[in-house]
Amino acid sequence: MKIVTICGAGIGSSGILRVNAERVLRKLRIEADVVAADVTTIAEVAADAQVILTSAEFVDAIGSTRADVIVIQNYFDTAELTDKLEAALG
Amino acid sequence: MTLPPLPESAIVIGADATSWRDAVTIAGEALAASGAARPGYAQEMIRMIEEHGPYVVIAPGLALAHARPGPDVITDGLAIVTLSEPVRFGHPHNDPVRVVLGLAITDPGTHLGAVADLANVFNDSSAIADLAAATTPAEVLAIMGVA
Repeated sequence: MKIVTICGAGIGSSGILRVNAERVLRKLRIEADVVAADVTTIAEVAADAQVILTSAEFVDAIGSTRADVIVIQNYFDTAELTDKLEAALG
Repeated sequence: MTLPPLPESAIVIGADATSWRDAVTIAGEALAASGAARPGYAQEMIRMIEEHGPYVVIAPGLALAHARPGPDVITDGLAIVTLSEPVRFGHPHNDPVRVVLGLAITDPGTHLGAVADLANVFNDSSAIADLAAATTPAEVLAIMGVA
């Protein structure tokens, strides 16, 4: 399974989301590759992704995709990440 | 894994900002003061927000201002600015912002260790309020886990 985290620069916020998503996935015992990317490369990076994690601002830019797009409000709230990832993957 | 360098010259406590642009500019000045970035980096960070919206407000009360690696970045660095009065970035859930982090990264390939440590600090849900209440750079460094 491939999960992509998206932000404007591909560093910083998408990196934090990646780190915390990996932590949550380990706890959920779900195997996945988590990749941080910037929004301009989304079509390429997310072509084979099951899930895209991002914030609300990027949903329109992500456009149509077969992946589940999950909007995260608090990047440091692992409970929010856990609930939303479980709902999408469980 | 280590946090990007956070010298005391990159810590500004109780800054007066009347807009998110002011707040991000102060974070950019702090990165310039510490030698992590050139003065133009502040404008780069502002442009990211103008282009993509207030997504940098990644948690309630906290903005992580950053731009892409580029000629305005001299070396990896972190700046922390606490605001005397909170400012709104226009985020639907996480406004208003009390603490602005400025992040300069030279190489996107190696930055994950640094942001993993940032995540470690802020996964503690009291860290943002503790930073907003800090009155000295030493307190800020202690909250960030920098001895």
